[in-house]
Amino acid sequence: MSLDMFLQHCFNALTLGSLYALIAIGYTMVYGILRLINFAHGDILMVGAYFVFFGTFAFGWPWGIAAIMAIAGASLLGVVMERVAYRPLRDAPRISALISAIAVSFFIESLAVVVFTGQPRPVLQPEWLVSEWQVWGGVRILRLTAFVPAMTAVLVGILLYIVYRTKPGLAMRAISKDIETTRLLGVRVDNIIAFTFCIGSALAAASGIMWALRYPQVHPYMGIMPGLKAFIAAVFGGIGSIQGAVIGGVALGFVEIMTVAFMPELSGYRDAFAFVLLVLVLLFKPTGLLGERMEEKI
Amino acid sequence: MKLGKHLAVLAALTLSLVFGAQTAPAADKDPIKIGVYLPLTGQNAFGGQLELEGVRLAQKEMPTVLDRPVELVVVDNKSDKVEAANAVKRLVERDKVVALIGTYGSSLAMAGAEVAEKAKVPGVGTSCTNPLVTQGKNYYFRACFIDPYQGAAAATYAFENLGFKKAAVLMDMTNDYAVGLSSFFSRSFKKLGGEVVANLKYSSGDQDFTAQLTELISKKPDIVFMPAYFAEGAIIMKQARELGATFRLMGADAMDNPDTVKLGGKAAEGFLHTTFPYDPKMTSMSPEAKRFTEAWKAAYPDKETNVNGALGYNCYFLIVDAIKRAGSAEPQAITRALAETQGLPTALGKLSINKSHDAEMPVGIIEYKNGQRVYVGEVTPR
Repeated sequence: MSLDMFLQHCFNALTLGSLYALIAIGYTMVYGILRLINFAHGDILMVGAYFVFFGTFAFGWPWGIAAIMAIAGASLLGVVMERVAYRPLRDAPRISALISAIAVSFFIESLAVVVFTGQPRPVLQPEWLVSEWQVWGGVRILRLTAFVPAMTAVLVGILLYIVYRTKPGLAMRAISKDIETTRLLGVRVDNIIAFTFCIGSALAAASGIMWALRYPQVHPYMGIMPGLKAFIAAVFGGIGSIQGAVIGGVALGFVEIMTVAFMPELSGYRDAFAFVLLVLVLLFKPTGLLGERMEEKI
Repeated sequence: MKLGKHLAVLAALTLSLVFGAQTAPAADKDPIKIGVYLPLTGQNAFGGQLELEGVRLAQKEMPTVLDRPVELVVVDNKSDKVEAANAVKRLVERDKVVALIGTYGSSLAMAGAEVAEKAKVPGVGTSCTNPLVTQGKNYYFRACFIDPYQGAAAATYAFENLGFKKAAVLMDMTNDYAVGLSSFFSRSFKKLGGEVVANLKYSSGDQDFTAQLTELISKKPDIVFMPAYFAEGAIIMKQARELGATFRLMGADAMDNPDTVKLGGKAAEGFLHTTFPYDPKMTSMSPEAKRFTEAWKAAYPDKETNVNGALGYNCYFLIVDAIKRAGSAEPQAITRALAETQGLPTALGKLSINKSHDAEMPVGIIEYKNGQRVYVGEVTPR
């Protein structure tokens, strides 16, 4: 393999990996605090992408405005979802909340088929993002290819700041340790959890927007595969850990792309390689790469 | 729902017309009865209606054979497998038809063909493209080509018409349609003397093809065959262009959708795909295609001519031609003559029936030029 081809594969992997990472962070945040796998995360991603589609295509808004409106809309949806589907089940067994999450996921998908129809629709890519740099021989980088990892880095930075440097962040971390004690200490637990969902959904929408920029099509089931892959990335990196989600996402992107790069005859099995890797990691490190061991509280 | 209701009313009307016509005998001689079972109601009604209109058009054009009038006995199979089997049973047992036409929908045709096979009555499928419809059957044929046949046509077009020597394949390995077409493409392209430099795969639902495309670019093929569905096909086009690919892309009839251009945008420019060899706007129409087009326009002025109509039209002529050559309207004789059909001029080009009882005929080629879907011609696979 020539050097410029290898570099091209690396850029492809980095873009795909940072998309996975961004989605994985949303999973990991909610899980870290509530021990709930929010299966509707991928569907919020889809809704965010649709909002941008309507903003730019139907209403003719500029990209920036449409993106902000989409993130706001998806955050609201996240809060509503928490209020309707998860809060009533907060004291129920964990399996009930999980089933509720699956139901929410199906509900959003079906609703999207009814409202938006199942027809895939094209997303308008802004010109400045799809123009390209030709850096090295045959290596081509779309500005988008650099934009996605950069945005992921910025969003992760903001998130880490919120979680580790602000009061609501402190409350989130407290809730993740012991919800009852946190409540006794005077923290409005419900509000903080709603805020968590708000941020998680905003991240999902942001990744949905970038996903739609990279793969310029929206359809009601577009969130399922990215959601599943990001979930793997989150588990791989150690679910509950933000840094782990980033590492897991990027690693998954590299595994997928490099499988095809080095073994083109096995290109159809790239997902299988990703899953095998996950199984191996879990065999040797059951909590993922950066996951901390949690003692079950009795 | 509303559309369904309209179609149902329409179907009821056509049916009453059919039975109305039957009461008046066309000639004094014993008529030759051909049974037609098509979905005139239910989810496949749209295609079934068009095909019935094509069959009727043909019957109007050639109402007699061997000096005997031909009578069509039409039964609605209601887009239902059980109804399709019952329809064929009724046609062969009660109406004593000597041949069958039908049907739109492979699963319906499979159910019907099973009954026809037992009754030893020949049948000709209209637009059922699944290989299983005729597989292992002595009495069933079809007027359309099976899906994989298009792969061979694509290879022939790429090698002979475009002069490409190096091809590659990118396919969804979880989809039978794509796997079948791809293997036919590779086999034909190699047989013609070309080289297949890469064979890459993905699975349904994938959205990132950058790794496969980067690999393809490094192998420098002239053309990449990708029998995808239009939604993922459009994404492949876009990503290929973003990565600076210079090869041409070619697909099959699953890409034949108005959304291909909408989703692909500028990246769809120069994209090729195969399809049935009929287009109202085709430049060089055979006399048969012209006759079909004019007859259709005269009979149904408010409906565009279409492939399904042409397939129904062809089915009738296939059977009538067989009866003529056999010199008899006995089911056994018709079956033998059908199997020997060679180079019959039809609205869809010269048609031959091959060993597996499937039609072999030219395949149409579509190219996207300046954002327009253009019918550029036909190719006969080799």
